[in-house]
Amino acid sequence: MSLIRQKATEKGNLGRVGIVIGVPVALAFAFIAAAGWFTPDRLTPATVVRTFDSVDGPHPGFRRNHAKGVCVSGWFEGSGQASPYSSAALFRVERSPVIGRFALAGGQPYQDDAPDKVRSLALRIMPANGGEWRMGVNDIPVFLFRNARDFNSFLIASLPEATTRKPDPARIGAFLAAHPETARALSQIKQRSLSSGFANDAYNSLDTFLFVNAGGQATPVRWTMEPEQPAPAQNSVKTGRDYLFDDLTATLAEHPLRWKLMIVLGQPGDPTADPTVAWPVGRTRIDAGTLVLDKAEGEDGGPCTGITFDPLILPEGITPSDDPIPAARSAVYARSFTARSGETKAPSAINLNSTRSGK
Amino acid sequence: MSERKYFSPLARGLHWAMALMILAMLFIGVAMVASTGPAYHRLVGLHRPLGIAILALAFLRLVNRVASGAPPLPTTLPQGIRILAGSSQVALYLLMIALPLVGWAMLSAGDYPVSMTSGVTLPPIVSPDPALYASLRGLHTWLALGLFGVILAHITGALVHGLLLRDGVFQAMLWRRPQASTRIE
Repeated sequence: MSLIRQKATEKGNLGRVGIVIGVPVALAFAFIAAAGWFTPDRLTPATVVRTFDSVDGPHPGFRRNHAKGVCVSGWFEGSGQASPYSSAALFRVERSPVIGRFALAGGQPYQDDAPDKVRSLALRIMPANGGEWRMGVNDIPVFLFRNARDFNSFLIASLPEATTRKPDPARIGAFLAAHPETARALSQIKQRSLSSGFANDAYNSLDTFLFVNAGGQATPVRWTMEPEQPAPAQNSVKTGRDYLFDDLTATLAEHPLRWKLMIVLGQPGDPTADPTVAWPVGRTRIDAGTLVLDKAEGEDGGPCTGITFDPLILPEGITPSDDPIPAARSAVYARSFTARSGETKAPSAINLNSTRSGK
Repeated sequence: MSERKYFSPLARGLHWAMALMILAMLFIGVAMVASTGPAYHRLVGLHRPLGIAILALAFLRLVNRVASGAPPLPTTLPQGIRILAGSSQVALYLLMIALPLVGWAMLSAGDYPVSMTSGVTLPPIVSPDPALYASLRGLHTWLALGLFGVILAHITGALVHGLLLRDGVFQAMLWRRPQASTRIE
């Protein structure tokens, strides 16, 4: 040590001492900068997870969004008709096992079911020889936001006021005035026709992906899971806090449910980067195969709990487009997955062995 | 037989290639976990195959180090510094092997496919277990911060040798200039 001190204080060595100290200090600063410490405005996955926690209250162990749900399983059988557009193995005429999850949008795991709440379906399709595909699809026609920052800002604008315990309409109004695309999407969502339950609902990708075929040719696509179940008779009365889920699990106990995966082929000029804008009607649709779900299980100990439905887990033959939402979802889901996996979770609302009391 | 002054050519090549790869890896990692932008997916796509490449090279390097050894430190160095130098090298080897292994195990426990490039996926090395995933995810971050700290100490030490002590320790990892004394083994 004394030798280093002696050399460091030797005449003419000041510049060398500067390099010895400067290089590691500069690296440390660059590292902290890459981590975002000097740019607190940067929207990180942790920020978005914190926003959900502040809007919906902390619910340890639960998904931060789409918190109320139930596990399902079954299989997907490709028709072969999507294979000219995507080389993904699961589109061939073969069966791939599926783990899925039906859920209500929103971060409250014990919210009551209601007809107009947004319903979602998450899927993990696992072909025998690899090439797994995960997705989350929703029963709304368009997404509300163009990017994660707008989503986060809207959640903050909709935080309940301390005095009224309700969102401030003025703040939401200000957000919508600044984001006409969200106002437009909201009105399209309000006008959608509501199905009576999970089983006869159609679920949309909202986001755009690229199908890439064996020749390397890319096609922008969106898709819809279209129910084969007809709407049930109108006179069936639905009651109970979990009537949507109870109806689904009761139906699955009796018979399997089926959906057609309809792939919508984009045309040049169709918006790919903006999920708030629907594609024009009349685009070519391809029946890519059939999803069959034949079993429901509660989340606690169920097969959908230890995985995250990251929309960027894509097989060869499907790639992201310039739509920024899937990357944001992928990043935030990972953060939510890590947080909830390390927490002690209370029982889920949907437990197949009991019914919750209440209206 | 005179004392060798340089690391073996393979050791020097691996050192500088891996120095770049590991530093890039640490910056990619810390940037990607703070990103919700389109860069996130590209950074994850780089992070996984680069990590596995570092793991493979680290094993090769360990074998080479055991087989070909290292030039001795100058006898003028105090005992404390020699112990510090030795233990920091052990820490570097341990961390550059442990970090990719923990990352691989973490993805396996989280039931993520361990994708390298499109169509190439590594098998899981532990069974799916969400609680284990959460623990390994935290460990991955702390080990990475630890590795970055040891690297900063390593760079500082190397610069002290190269610029102040000028005792040949830093030069042992460089290529000989033509006028330098020839290496005899």
